[in-house]
Amino acid sequence: MTSLASKTRILVVGNGMVGHHFVEQLHQSSDNVDITVLCGESRLAYDRVHLSSYFSGASADDLALTTADVYRDWGVNVVTNAIVTDLLRDEKKALTEDGQVFPYDKLVLATGSYPFVPPIPGNDQEHCLVYRTIDDLIAIENSARESKVGVVVGGGLLGLEAANALKEAGLETHVVEFAPQLMAVQLDETGGDVLRSKIESLGVTVHTQKATQVIEAGEQSRYRMVFADGTFLETDMVLFSAGIRPSDQLARKSMLALGERGGIVVDDNCLTSDPDIFAVGECALWQNRIFGLVAPGYTMARAAVSALTGGDTVFTGADMSTKLKLMGVEVGSIGDAHERTTGAQSYTYFNQPEGVYKKLVVDESQQKVLGAVLVGDTSDYDTLLQYALNGIDLPENPETLILPSSGAAPALGADALPDTATICSCHNVAKSDIVSAIDEGCCSLGDVKSCTKASTGCGGCTALLKNVVDSELEKRGVEVSKAICEHFNHTRQELFHIVKVNGITSFDELLEKHGTGLGCEICKPAAGSILASVYNDYVLKQEHLPLQDTNDIYLGNMQKDGTYSVVPRVAGGEITPEKLILLGEVAKKYSLYTKITGGQRIDLFGARVDQLPDIWEALVKGGFETGHAYAKALRTVKSCVGSTWCRYGVQDSVKTAIDLENRYKGLRAPHKIKFGVSGCTRECAEAQSKDIGVIATENGWNLYVCGNGGMKPRHADLFATDLDTETLVKYIDRVLMFYVRTADRLQRTSVWMDNLEGGLAYLQDVVMNDSLNINADLEAQMETVVGAYQCEWKTTLESEASRKRFRQFVNTDGTDTNIQFVSERGQVRPATEMEKSKGADNLIAVDVI
Amino acid sequence: MTANTEVAPLWHDVCGIDDVVTNSGVCALIEGQQVALFSVMKGGEQFLYAISNWDPIGKANVLYRGLIGSIADDIVVASPLYKEHYVLATGKCIERDDVSVVAYDVKVEGERILVAV
Repeated sequence: MTSLASKTRILVVGNGMVGHHFVEQLHQSSDNVDITVLCGESRLAYDRVHLSSYFSGASADDLALTTADVYRDWGVNVVTNAIVTDLLRDEKKALTEDGQVFPYDKLVLATGSYPFVPPIPGNDQEHCLVYRTIDDLIAIENSARESKVGVVVGGGLLGLEAANALKEAGLETHVVEFAPQLMAVQLDETGGDVLRSKIESLGVTVHTQKATQVIEAGEQSRYRMVFADGTFLETDMVLFSAGIRPSDQLARKSMLALGERGGIVVDDNCLTSDPDIFAVGECALWQNRIFGLVAPGYTMARAAVSALTGGDTVFTGADMSTKLKLMGVEVGSIGDAHERTTGAQSYTYFNQPEGVYKKLVVDESQQKVLGAVLVGDTSDYDTLLQYALNGIDLPENPETLILPSSGAAPALGADALPDTATICSCHNVAKSDIVSAIDEGCCSLGDVKSCTKASTGCGGCTALLKNVVDSELEKRGVEVSKAICEHFNHTRQELFHIVKVNGITSFDELLEKHGTGLGCEICKPAAGSILASVYNDYVLKQEHLPLQDTNDIYLGNMQKDGTYSVVPRVAGGEITPEKLILLGEVAKKYSLYTKITGGQRIDLFGARVDQLPDIWEALVKGGFETGHAYAKALRTVKSCVGSTWCRYGVQDSVKTAIDLENRYKGLRAPHKIKFGVSGCTRECAEAQSKDIGVIATENGWNLYVCGNGGMKPRHADLFATDLDTETLVKYIDRVLMFYVRTADRLQRTSVWMDNLEGGLAYLQDVVMNDSLNINADLEAQMETVVGAYQCEWKTTLESEASRKRFRQFVNTDGTDTNIQFVSERGQVRPATEMEKSKGADNLIAVDVI
Repeated sequence: MTANTEVAPLWHDVCGIDDVVTNSGVCALIEGQQVALFSVMKGGEQFLYAISNWDPIGKANVLYRGLIGSIADDIVVASPLYKEHYVLATGKCIERDDVSVVAYDVKVEGERILVAV
């Protein structure tokens, strides 16, 4: 064991993710070291795992893992652009290209790897690139600007990431792979096929079993790649991503022991053949294996730190299981995905129409999980990984673990996990670490996260961590609170009753009598919504103003760049040509991006806050009202054209839709509400996917309630049949007001219904049989709300004081110059950070608009 | 007295007290800097705070449009984009140790609000 009596000089060559992790760990474990980092690139360590996010707007700074300031605070000396050319191992010195000499006591090689470029004639031309560093990305970006077609050579994990980058850059993208399938290391043949068809449906063309012979000048495009089978592919650029090779040149020159095919040989302490030199990450070869993932690299870094500080952590290999999203396609691979273990057996589930493939590999006796392949749906990954890593005994019917949930699948609860189970593999946090963190006083998920760092890396273990924490807290008798937030010890429903029963009319009064502190962004809008539901006061009265989310205050939906969208109400989706023209004229005048919404209206994007009053003035003058797209309120009533025009319609669905929309517009609710009205059973308005659905019959209307589209679709339940219009409205009044009164904050009607004890039958009993004797009250409250309706924009525009709030600056005229647009497909869109900083060709200066 | 070699921030007259609705924010442009100015009522007393208007996570000039609230004893504003909380007195981001915004001094003279930038 090495002890550190006087300050040991540690020299780290390389500042990639693993090199940086080593520095961070060593800095935390010992004060007795003097660390110097030699970084070959001009940038300090950055996140290579998320490189492709650079093309969706992340900047180099966003990817950075550290800064010169942080290193300075840690007392770490760092030199950038420092290429080490020689090691004088006898004198313990490193020499750099520019002649500097760095002495050391212990040296750590974290030189990483370089991309393998196959030896194809023509592979060194200007637009033949690799994908590894930020400088590579800049080169790719520049090349992409002059290219229409791009080819990635290599269909592995990194190759597909790179293909995604090309696709993001707007190129026609191809992937060329030598093997017969994609991701041959992680997936079996069927998994590779499913992935291929999914990726091809996203517009990327995949060519397998293609060996490139030569890259020569093209006819249609810049280059032509000629394959061994005589076929060819034309492209403007080629990106090589055909695997990595360890960067071991320095070690080779210094006569350190290397593997036959390269890689610096290390032991369990990550020591090389020189007892004063360590190697970690992708340059290191452990038991004849290179580990090309970041997590094993981190483990190596910790093993090296441990060896330097007298700890007992060693590197014993790593689990290479991975879960990732490639171009939106979920892919997971665990352990022995290829059934190589003797006697291995497998279960498969293959749903071709939906592109879901799952394979579970188990041992001979069907007791343990050996591996798995998941494509198209990785929701079972966490559970399967825990089974595999912890050797947990399989349930009686192992296939239930991968079959679509039929309600019978045995969930692996947090209690079933052994204490040694790894919960967070990024930061190597085991279940026992979480248990002891709670024993030492952590009493919330947030506490546990900041104390153990669990779930602060890739975030993939968030749900599992929450389960473990909740279950451990419950075991200790901690009640998991259902209170809305730290300021009120009540649910939304309780607050609603308090407001109504006690006649409370302001948030301050509610807070003073029933809460603590100043409130927050959770309880304030909830209280604002309750007050609006009970009294339907103008939401922007001075006293209610501080309660509203920014969307409600500025009566528009804030977009990512701080501008707003403008959505006027188009009841039932019926609009006159005059109004259509007005929308077009307004959009043109203010250069707004226009898009048709799913709710049969028109969304105008990119309005600066100071433009909103003028825009709405023009719209209100032309007869438009606010569409409440910003509010938790009634949004739209979608309708089909109905009996007036349609050959099949049996009722006038448009008129009913317009009447319903006008009746309930402005009603504040726990969440947004959508309606649909169809004129016949063909259901063209998709009413059954709405909160309130109305479908015409020969004799009147069928009413459906509590449907939902969105993230978790739910078909609406048939509530009552053949209603006349008057009864229809009465029932809707009651259902909606009962929902407004009793639902939780941000609970859609679908979830509300699923949680309602007694379900549909109970709701029918309340609404149709008046079992709670509250229908008169519900209807009266709805009448109050309907009677108090006002267009919030009209009211706002009438008051000079209200209009003043829309100025960007309180002390001067002028606009936010950070808001910039570029043109795309004939309209504006927000400029990305990159475009702003580099001044893209199509940037539109804000003062032009 | 010791000589102060640092450049003292300059006080800028920004607006009247009535220009800021209690428990909400406005934005001022001071020497090219966007400053979010908030008025908060706590225990019957009025407090004023000023921080940079730039949301370093959402990357837009929007903090003045956030909701004001409290987390334990800290008075905070929630970014309207992704809801991170910034302590108004210090500019510290509660959710991210590595993120903060600049906090400025504020004072009232007569009916006017002044910010030191």
